[in-house]
Amino acid sequence: MSEERITIRVDHLTKQYAGTRKPAVDDISFTVRAGEVLGFVGPNGAGKTTTMKILTSFLAPTSGRAEVCGFDVYAQSLEARRSIGYLPEDTPLYKDMSVFEYLQWTARMRGLPMATLKARMKPIAEQCAIAHRMGDLIGELSKGYRQRVGLAQAILHDPEVLILDEPTSGLDPNQIGEIRNVIKEFGKTRTVIFSTHILAEVQMTCTRVLAIADGKIVADANPRELAGTLDKTRGRELCVELTGAIAEGRAAIEKVAGVVAVRPLDGPGRFLVATEVGVDPRGELSRAAATAGATLVELSNNTTLEDVFRALTHSTSGSQGGAHA
Amino acid sequence: MRSTLAIARREFAAYFYSPVAYVFVVVFLLISGYMFFTELFLQSQADMRSFFNLAPLIFCFFGPLITMRLFAEEKAQGTLEMLLALPVTDWNVVLGKFFAAMGLVAVALVLTTPYAFFVGHYGPLDKGPAIGGYLGLLFMAGGYVSVGLMTSVWTKDQNVASIIGFLISFALFLVGKLLSVVPQSIAPFLQAISFDYHFQSISRGVIDTRDLLYYVSLIAVCLVIAETSLASRRWR
Repeated sequence: MSEERITIRVDHLTKQYAGTRKPAVDDISFTVRAGEVLGFVGPNGAGKTTTMKILTSFLAPTSGRAEVCGFDVYAQSLEARRSIGYLPEDTPLYKDMSVFEYLQWTARMRGLPMATLKARMKPIAEQCAIAHRMGDLIGELSKGYRQRVGLAQAILHDPEVLILDEPTSGLDPNQIGEIRNVIKEFGKTRTVIFSTHILAEVQMTCTRVLAIADGKIVADANPRELAGTLDKTRGRELCVELTGAIAEGRAAIEKVAGVVAVRPLDGPGRFLVATEVGVDPRGELSRAAATAGATLVELSNNTTLEDVFRALTHSTSGSQGGAHA
Repeated sequence: MRSTLAIARREFAAYFYSPVAYVFVVVFLLISGYMFFTELFLQSQADMRSFFNLAPLIFCFFGPLITMRLFAEEKAQGTLEMLLALPVTDWNVVLGKFFAAMGLVAVALVLTTPYAFFVGHYGPLDKGPAIGGYLGLLFMAGGYVSVGLMTSVWTKDQNVASIIGFLISFALFLVGKLLSVVPQSIAPFLQAISFDYHFQSISRGVIDTRDLLYYVSLIAVCLVIAETSLASRRWR
């Protein structure tokens, strides 16, 4: 990991809402450094939003503490809030203001000097692709544009830490791409924490994944390692596509040591190869196929982050898998 | 201070994006205009007594109406979370919103001044009582506004906020009317907390610091409760 400075330090943080039996956030600890884009994943109600609300000082922790840029979010809340740019879930913006008015107002609330605002407004408007909508009322904007305005107000003061709660929910793929670019660009030198349900999002954008379920951290890894964690306990599932002598190739593959089962997939020559735990027969597979006269045209890992996610959070997320979240 | 003003300006502008401000100002001008002119033409009196007499009751209705959205709307829409993620104290927010509502009241009051000039045209209008009356009116309205603001912090439902605000306001108004029917022992207490009682001398044009102090105290108490309620989300 990098030697960049720590921007967020969460230490045995617990939050229990009044009148509830189980804490929403249960004794979690983690640190995040500058230059990290942290994907916060977990089923609904896992505690992602609660953690973010504590980091932005909207709620106080029941016990434990959190620091942003060295400031305690409870005791030094104003200082901590100065270092944070925040976009809550569902982008709550004042609908009765124009985009320009809103950004100007945010700058004034943050004590940004007029000169700084003038210098930053244009590049940010262009980066968030809202330059041509500056005069429009926020209430008249589409969800995608509103999200961009929300992002613009969050990075207006060039904060050390950017906290985004589900910034891509309800957007189309193009809009998601735009938001992802802003996050990536910003995350090069700063810290970004964002929560999401879309795991492809995590793979493409994050340098690190923090999975949370029932208020506890269940995984903390970079996205590539995360897929590997499941393979260690369950064995791999590989996707294989052969051309040429398909039947012979399949027979050869089945004999490779470590292969448990070979099942046909959609399309001719496509198979799903299940392996034993702790073995990596990929090299062996391609050699076996070639020896049998078949050509291996695809060999990929079939374990998706969704599988990992489901395995990590099986108790709560299973029922939501098919829902139109 | 900077953020208090920024909040006040934003809230004040927001009033004029919704029908609330226009309905309030127009209805207020209609009622007050009716008061002025019945007095002038039916009783041939060039003063503003009947307007001032009725003002506590008028604001009893309008206070909750113009304050109900201040916090309840932000809670319902989720914008409160965004607002409080900015580096502002809860006091900045409470005071900013209070000043915005007072700004709207001031606009309504300023718009009634042509009536006063009109009255003055027909007969000698006592300027002192009129100016003092307006000042007292502003303080009294501040009392109602702070009650409404306080109840708006308590809920995210604007209707609930306005109803509770109205009930508290009306109770404070009503205790002054009950003085003759309650036991002698508690009458002075009721008199002391009565909204109406403290406006009686103001409506006669007499500005008594004790009356102003009553409204200032009421405003202070309500705003402190409002700030405490807002801060309670961070109790642990």
